[in-house]
Amino acid sequence: MTVLELREVSKSYRLRGFLRQGPELQVLAGVSLSLKRHEILGLVGESGCGKSTLARLALALEKPDRGEFLFLGRPYWRLPRRERRGLRPRLQAVFQDPAASLNPRMRIGDLISEPLRLQGASREEARNRTLEMMKMVGLPEEALSRFPHQLSGGQRQRVALARALITHPEVVVLDEPTSALDVSVQAQILNLLLDLQRRFGVSYIFISHDLPVVLYLAHRVAVMYLGEIVEMAPAADLEKPGLHPYTELLLASIPGERRKRPVIGEPPSLLQRPRGCVFHPRCPEARPICQREKPPLRRVSPEHFLACHRR
Amino acid sequence: MEGGTLLQVQDLVLGCRGRPYPLVGRVSFRLRAGEIFGLVGESGCGKSLTGLACLALFPPGVKPLSGRVVFRDTDLLSLPEEKRRKFRGRHLGLIFQEPLNALNPVFTVGHQVEEVLHLHRGLSGETARQETVRLFSEAGLPDPELRLRNYPHELSGGMRQRVMIAMALAGDPDLLVADEPTTALDVTVQAQILELFLELRTRRGLSILFISHDLAVIREVADRVAVMYAGEIVEEAPRDELFSSPLHPYTRALLAAFPRLGTRKLEVLPGQVPPPGTWPRGCRFAPRCPEKISLCVEKHPELKEIRPHHRVRCLRV
Repeated sequence: MTVLELREVSKSYRLRGFLRQGPELQVLAGVSLSLKRHEILGLVGESGCGKSTLARLALALEKPDRGEFLFLGRPYWRLPRRERRGLRPRLQAVFQDPAASLNPRMRIGDLISEPLRLQGASREEARNRTLEMMKMVGLPEEALSRFPHQLSGGQRQRVALARALITHPEVVVLDEPTSALDVSVQAQILNLLLDLQRRFGVSYIFISHDLPVVLYLAHRVAVMYLGEIVEMAPAADLEKPGLHPYTELLLASIPGERRKRPVIGEPPSLLQRPRGCVFHPRCPEARPICQREKPPLRRVSPEHFLACHRR
Repeated sequence: MEGGTLLQVQDLVLGCRGRPYPLVGRVSFRLRAGEIFGLVGESGCGKSLTGLACLALFPPGVKPLSGRVVFRDTDLLSLPEEKRRKFRGRHLGLIFQEPLNALNPVFTVGHQVEEVLHLHRGLSGETARQETVRLFSEAGLPDPELRLRNYPHELSGGMRQRVMIAMALAGDPDLLVADEPTTALDVTVQAQILELFLELRTRRGLSILFISHDLAVIREVADRVAVMYAGEIVEEAPRDELFSSPLHPYTRALLAAFPRLGTRKLEVLPGQVPPPGTWPRGCRFAPRCPEKISLCVEKHPELKEIRPHHRVRCLRV
């Protein structure tokens, strides 16, 4: 069953210029994806590919310019405000830097229980559930009355997770949740994420620039490039041949694996979106058709989609 | 790879004004000519301070309490600041994580490299300009002549890092200290910059002290690797040996916690790195070590050569 779906969503931002309006930046160009119940969908891509904007759309923090955002089968932005507000708590987020996303003047106990209190839970109930959540994410009870700055980075991320899950949401969007953490702490949080996902039966959209991390966690992976999804496949399929040339480039760029890599150039700016296939200026296999026609995202096997003229 | 010693760090201890405890404790290693030496560890382990100390640079308040940093025959720490500066200009180069902080935003990148050439090699005018173009192309900047007139903000992160590398090469150094030089870059750009470091080593015979928290990056570039934990080196070995047969329990735990392609299960190392001032008396890793014995809590282990070129700081090895 699908819990969240984006259909052909686009998003542009107008840059501010000096005295006049700047150029328009198309950050997302007709992106579609769906998230199933109990699924972990990984979203990878380099900076500027639109993955964080996609996260904001999936969190209903922003409205797409075009396209539809469906949450629990309902067209979110066409619902009356009151219904939208009722759906909001069922979508939660965890960001990269919990030091920035947690209110520094609130105590850990209040931070974790706040979403529940906003739903009208009693003080007693909120306290019990908070203690229960702290146990589940591995926070000691003493942390209850501490402030965020008194905790380590890993502990703060545990607070963010407890806060996100206390309302039993359908979907949690995790935007680079372990990128600021040390290796040993990252492993703790990744395993905790897997454990919580199973316990709560929640679905994740897990966004990261780190492909090995995404492949470790996700069931399915979407690869983004310049505001488009160029490939979407079960994680296990990314070990097989026949992938999109950009996915191959990402895999070959993973350091320490001693792979042969045909690296060409740097990602272009969103202000100069290439015509045809967005990846053709860097693609080692580009042909004339790639400069002219944009390849559609087509199905190559039941769950594997890719957008490439050459595959 | 078996070059002579270029830089030797001996029993280096770094402290900080107003704190009664050391930040880095008794670090010793040697860097050979033409090799890339990787220094890897989690935040707060002292790897960056150690790297800066190799250039006789110290953040405000930090100072060496004992030890020597010997470059060829010169002990950098015993030189007065004026001589250190000259020495750095001619022999040493530094590359940071974020080039935007290291480049001056109001001057063109060409001007900034020409300035270094003027200061340290006495070049000016057309000669300096031509040398800058040459350095830019060596650092892999596309259209090097056009880049001269760019300001830092007009360049991408990868190109800025190439400018930093060109600037570090301007004094024609023998040793580069690169502190997390690719951490802020995208993976495909990171791959290109790592390639560049390997090329520079081969072409120029440069030695590079490569500091990173990222085991995969270290595995890609380093010839030898030292793992730091709580202000000291706990293991040092040739790259392949370190990754295939790590001996220190911390190195093993770190590798088991690091996701690679095809990782099915990450082993979790509980707890976190103790910050300076809270280091235990015995082995600093003992509180988290799955293999500790009672002696580990009492006795601080020495870094011992277990096999040729493989040093480990563990009582049980």
